Amino acid sequence: MRHLLGIEGWRREEIEALLDRAEAHLPGGSASSSVLQGRVVANVFFEDSTRTRTSFEMAAKTLGAEVLNWTAQGSSISKGETLLDTVRNIEATGPVALVIRHRSSGAPHLAARHVRCAVINAGDGTHEHPSQALLDAFTLRRRWGALDGRTVLIVGDILHSRVARSNILCMKALGARVVVCGPPTLLPVGIQQLGTEVAMHLDPVLPQADAVMCLRLQTERQSESFFPSTREFSRLYGLNAQRASKMKEGALVMHPGPINRGVELAPAVADGARSVILEQVANGVAVRRAILEVCV
Amino acid sequence: MSPPVLFSRGRVIDPRNYVDSVRDVLVRDGVIAEVSEAPLSVPGAQVVEAQGHWVLPGFIDLHVHLREPGEEGKETILTGCQAAVAGGFTGVVAMPNTKLVNDSSLVTELVLSRARAANLCHVYPAGAITKGLKGEEMAEMGELVSAGCVCITDDGRPVMNAGLMRRALQYARLFDLPVMVHEEDLTLSGKGAMTEGPTATRLGLLPIPPSAEVAMVARDLVLLEETGGRLHIAHVSCEGSVRLLREAKRRGLHVTSEVTPHHFTLDDAAVGEYDTHAKMNPPLRLRRDVEALREALADGTIEAIATDHAPHGVLDKQVEFDKGINGVVGLETALGLTLALVHEGVLSARRAVEVLTDGPAKAFGLPGGHLKPGAPADIALVDPEAKWTVDAGRFFSKSRNTPFHGRSLKGRVVQTWVGGRCVFDAGQIKESR
Ligand SMILES: [Zn+2]
Repeated sequence: MRHLLGIEGWRREEIEALLDRAEAHLPGGSASSSVLQGRVVANVFFEDSTRTRTSFEMAAKTLGAEVLNWTAQGSSISKGETLLDTVRNIEATGPVALVIRHRSSGAPHLAARHVRCAVINAGDGTHEHPSQALLDAFTLRRRWGALDGRTVLIVGDILHSRVARSNILCMKALGARVVVCGPPTLLPVGIQQLGTEVAMHLDPVLPQADAVMCLRLQTERQSESFFPSTREFSRLYGLNAQRASKMKEGALVMHPGPINRGVELAPAVADGARSVILEQVANGVAVRRAILEVCV
Repeated sequence: MSPPVLFSRGRVIDPRNYVDSVRDVLVRDGVIAEVSEAPLSVPGAQVVEAQGHWVLPGFIDLHVHLREPGEEGKETILTGCQAAVAGGFTGVVAMPNTKLVNDSSLVTELVLSRARAANLCHVYPAGAITKGLKGEEMAEMGELVSAGCVCITDDGRPVMNAGLMRRALQYARLFDLPVMVHEEDLTLSGKGAMTEGPTATRLGLLPIPPSAEVAMVARDLVLLEETGGRLHIAHVSCEGSVRLLREAKRRGLHVTSEVTPHHFTLDDAAVGEYDTHAKMNPPLRLRRDVEALREALADGTIEAIATDHAPHGVLDKQVEFDKGINGVVGLETALGLTLALVHEGVLSARRAVEVLTDGPAKAFGLPGGHLKPGAPADIALVDPEAKWTVDAGRFFSKSRNTPFHGRSLKGRVVQTWVGGRCVFDAGQIKESR
């Protein structure tokens, strides 16, 4: 049993071994589909995310597990029950893993200190979203064979993005060069120490990228004045068709979804030839099967 | 009538009176009677063998939260005083952000009467600047002063309204009262959970920039310059504030300040993997801030060490980091952490004692803090070589929220005397009879 709390702390060999396993979990692959037969995996979602929850649920079920779905809505959380009460109560029903999604950074770490089963971070606050990064890396590896020497550009709200943090760590570990790009208000201080380069302007760095990962823009950040308007954001950082045409030949477009169409990504680009967005979703299940297998 | 007490052959460090040598200290009727280089022989005196120990003025803490009235599960005035004397403190200033805010004489009197009942150390209440700490209307300062408050503060929160802050400074001149400020521009700290820097970025915790403090220090120094009066800046935590303080003092402004042991000991890395014991407000800062605070203590820019003793229950800390309550207990670890600066060569022994005694006493004009004949016999007897390990489970405080659990320290309080009475001896609180 081990936890997956973040990409931080995982070595290259471990990540690669996990991605190798994920290959075997692709449709038609060699992996057994009964390793979790008779076991229970609990999805503990304090924050809504249909995509991630469904993907973990599919992964667990196709490994033969029973899935217990717990969501904060209408639960005892609203009656003042603490995070630890909740996870201890769910643990008492005997799952082999808790897949935790939470608004607070570090919530899975807190849970992991107090339960005996595996804890898998399905996104915590503005910290990490490791399964997303692993499926992104998996998608790129399938396209390129390896990430070594490639440049991955992550664009948008880096400050509030758990996807960005996990991806920086994961892509770096696999040998890629990572550049983050966004307005200065959305670039956290010291992000370079995670091993990334930082750019404020998109157009000069765009042609260097072998893959561009657009992050979902939370429109409520506008009311907090991180940027003046979605219109201006889109003009400076949106990947429209004209910008996409400046990209390297064969360069890929990624997005963790759901997309604000026309804001961070133009529909023509999201659905265009460069886009691997649907591959990301499809690969998500295989990667999460591998994660469950490794952790449980 | 209790017999005279003779502290024999200890190293007496009394910064206010320029004493640092082996002396005998004679206490009679609760006050210092004599401090002598030559050994004294006093028939009938109780002799405290102080050889190898330091005989110091009792420490004074300008910033503690005793939680009573309202949150007695975390601390009471009695348990807070026990923790204080166990840490060598003979006087503590009690913050007004209790659950019945100390914004009226009624609450001040309650605090004082509980302190008299505890009968361990001096408790000096601080009154609120604004009614209910709401930052809207000034509390009745005159009433608070006559009930016994020694300063006013909305500690825990800033006074965001600059006009109100200016008038509070002006009005406090009427009573020559220090106005203690928690410097935080809430529009800058926002939803932040720890200081801005690589650790916050790595952990994905929203950042609190140093400007949240520094900008308010700057504002209040500007106001102080216009109004006169006395400003005391609580728990200074960053380099920028130190720079402004140094400059303000050079220009002669009447500003004093304090630093906590956790801020001069730990940097933001102490948050580790979301350890809420390292969550406080102001947050732990970067290494260069820690260095600046140490330098400011050494060169006199900051005149007091204050603990900001903030007891909280286990459940307040066993939560997600961003939901964790701010604060650490500090009374029982302050001396050891201060002496660590002496062992590291940051402070001289004399300066370390000064910032625990004379510095805070003068900042608020409190009695004690020195050992001149006639002064109250408030004394801390310290073994500077004693090695010990912090065990939160053994605190006299009702709460255990400390980031220093398990840390090895050198230097420990052996006895604490208040008004000529031994209130703490060899790890035990001495009940008064
Ligand atoms: Zn404060």
